[in-house]
Amino acid sequence: MTEPLRPASLRLLIADDSNTDRLILSAILTRQGHEVRAAEDGQAALALYEAWQPDMVLLDVMMPRMDGMEAARRIKALAGERLVPVIFLTSLSDSGSLAQCLECGGDDFLPKPYNPVIIQAKLGAFDRMRRMHSTLTRQRDLIRERNEQLLAEQVTARRVFDNIAHTGCLDIPSIRYHASPLSVFNGDILFACPRPAGGMHLLVGDFTGHGLPAAIGALPVAEIFYGMTSKGFSGADVLRELNQKLVRILPTSMFCCACFVEVDFRDGHLSVWNGGLPDGFLLREDGGRDALPSSHLPLGVLSPERFTAPMAEYSVRPGDQLLLMTDGVLEASNAGGEWFGEAGLARCLADCPRGRSPADYLVEQVRSFSGRSEDTDDLTVLALRITEHDPVASRPLTGGHSALPGPAQWRSSYQVDGHTLADFSPLPLLLHVCMAVAGLRQHSGPIYTILSELYNNALEHGVLGLPSAWKDGPEGFNRYYAERQRRLGDVRPDQFIRFELEHSVSSSGGRLVIRCLDSGDGFDVPLAEQTGPPAATTPPYAGRGIPLIRKLSSGLTYNRQGNCAEVVYDWQLADTGTEKPDRGHW
Amino acid sequence: MNDKPHLDEEALAELRDVMEDEFDILIQTYITDSRERIEALHQALSGNDQDAFAKTAHSFKGSSINIGASRLGDLCLKAEKAGREGRLDDARVLMPDVESEFLTVRKLMEESLLA
Repeated sequence: MTEPLRPASLRLLIADDSNTDRLILSAILTRQGHEVRAAEDGQAALALYEAWQPDMVLLDVMMPRMDGMEAARRIKALAGERLVPVIFLTSLSDSGSLAQCLECGGDDFLPKPYNPVIIQAKLGAFDRMRRMHSTLTRQRDLIRERNEQLLAEQVTARRVFDNIAHTGCLDIPSIRYHASPLSVFNGDILFACPRPAGGMHLLVGDFTGHGLPAAIGALPVAEIFYGMTSKGFSGADVLRELNQKLVRILPTSMFCCACFVEVDFRDGHLSVWNGGLPDGFLLREDGGRDALPSSHLPLGVLSPERFTAPMAEYSVRPGDQLLLMTDGVLEASNAGGEWFGEAGLARCLADCPRGRSPADYLVEQVRSFSGRSEDTDDLTVLALRITEHDPVASRPLTGGHSALPGPAQWRSSYQVDGHTLADFSPLPLLLHVCMAVAGLRQHSGPIYTILSELYNNALEHGVLGLPSAWKDGPEGFNRYYAERQRRLGDVRPDQFIRFELEHSVSSSGGRLVIRCLDSGDGFDVPLAEQTGPPAATTPPYAGRGIPLIRKLSSGLTYNRQGNCAEVVYDWQLADTGTEKPDRGHW
Repeated sequence: MNDKPHLDEEALAELRDVMEDEFDILIQTYITDSRERIEALHQALSGNDQDAFAKTAHSFKGSSINIGASRLGDLCLKAEKAGREGRLDDARVLMPDVESEFLTVRKLMEESLLA
């Protein structure tokens, strides 16, 4: 790019019909170190230009056959983007003729008689201009090329990103979402993943900053979100992991505003964590509306010790709509410089026609407001319609397990004691132990559900002594969760939940026995469910998961005291071999 | 304008310096070309071709100025103007002056070559 600062040797084409003048100019230029070729008229000059491609051209104005102006016009046209300075040699003195020389593409004049000092200075100046022009042209081409390369890389990166996020369930009919094609490079993320026990996790997020740094941050978020959710981790666990990962990898000026929602269709229950994203909304079937405001710092800000993930709990009914968005919606502006803003959003939510997804309606309204097309907007919006049946429960679950058959005969015991019950869930760990058996992998859904129902019953009813009847009705619902939280804080050191897993194989498959024992008082178990001698009375028990466990397993029994449940889960060898799920009973 | 020199010695010295070995050739070329131009001027006048007259006078002017024959350059400029403006009678009147000035310049140049 930088060239040595020596007097440049230029390739100069001169054209003059006067022999004397041509001789003099050739001599002057040659003495100054340039390479010179001479033509006697415009036509000859043009031919020489094409053949020799000189750096600059010096033309007499009046020449036979083709005059200097016409030659200048043609040479400039041939040069195209290249800057080839054309200097007129002239003894013309009227300003009209001089102006004409510049209009036809000339860059300057050299008057007769020739002055070697002036000639040298002018050629030096034009040589600098010529080099600068070629540097700029080269750099422009380089920038253009790099930009094309960058765009191609973004498309590739997007493909890699989509592969990492492949297990998502954004495509189910009850979810409507919008994200611009390369939204990950705007720093926006949008994920949905089924949980092994049914229901799903949703994550909508917005990284500070744009481009590569934001996209790099999104990769571990996708991996953690999908990986942990598929393995059965709770929303709080996923959030904690996301936060500590982002704190570690992001520079201090960068973080991720996010809204995380855990959806339980069976229970009609949402847990929401909003850190820095605009309000989400619960649009009720009956027309009511709950805002889901941010009440936490974004992910990637607080150190892992200071990060907590308490979720706001909401009860939902079929037909309710959950709506989440990034700030692209509020910040959309129109040609007049007005913002769409809170007012536009409120109007839009109020006007959304029944039966239309609020995500579709909102995006349509913002677009008609801003006048921007699909490719250029910056909108990330997601709406989930709450349905009576779990929309993802029947989907295959994928995990990153090995292809080895795994252990056949084994037993394992795992006990969680005292206060650890308040902030640790053993479920992912237990599921992981079971999934070491290849034959059990396609049963991850039912097994997780059984583990989780047993654990929740042991924790909530056994250890915490919460009556499940409270959960009926919205008031009871809130009271139940408040009380659950309070009692978790009061767990005594001698309280515990113990799981005992036992696995054996037969010629046709295998059997997994799961026992769950808690330190609680138990309940009066109906005669039919007992393993031991009958109890005195048979009051109703309302453990909501019990019919479900029974449906999924080969048998459920309780001990007489009612604080130890045993589930037998049989699996058939025919189910193994492929990862294709065959779960007609599920 | 008649106070301008027939031949600018200083300009000629510079040319000698620039042209080195080719100085002789330059002078011979100028003299030959000028003779042809004077002939061309006469032909243009007899054919009443004002355009050809003006163009030839213009070229003659350029090379005369370049070589240091300032007074001849001025006469050529007058001739060029007369031709361009269609005053061919004025141009005819100028021709003896042009020819005699050229003879003077030529004599000085040949002396300079011999020096």
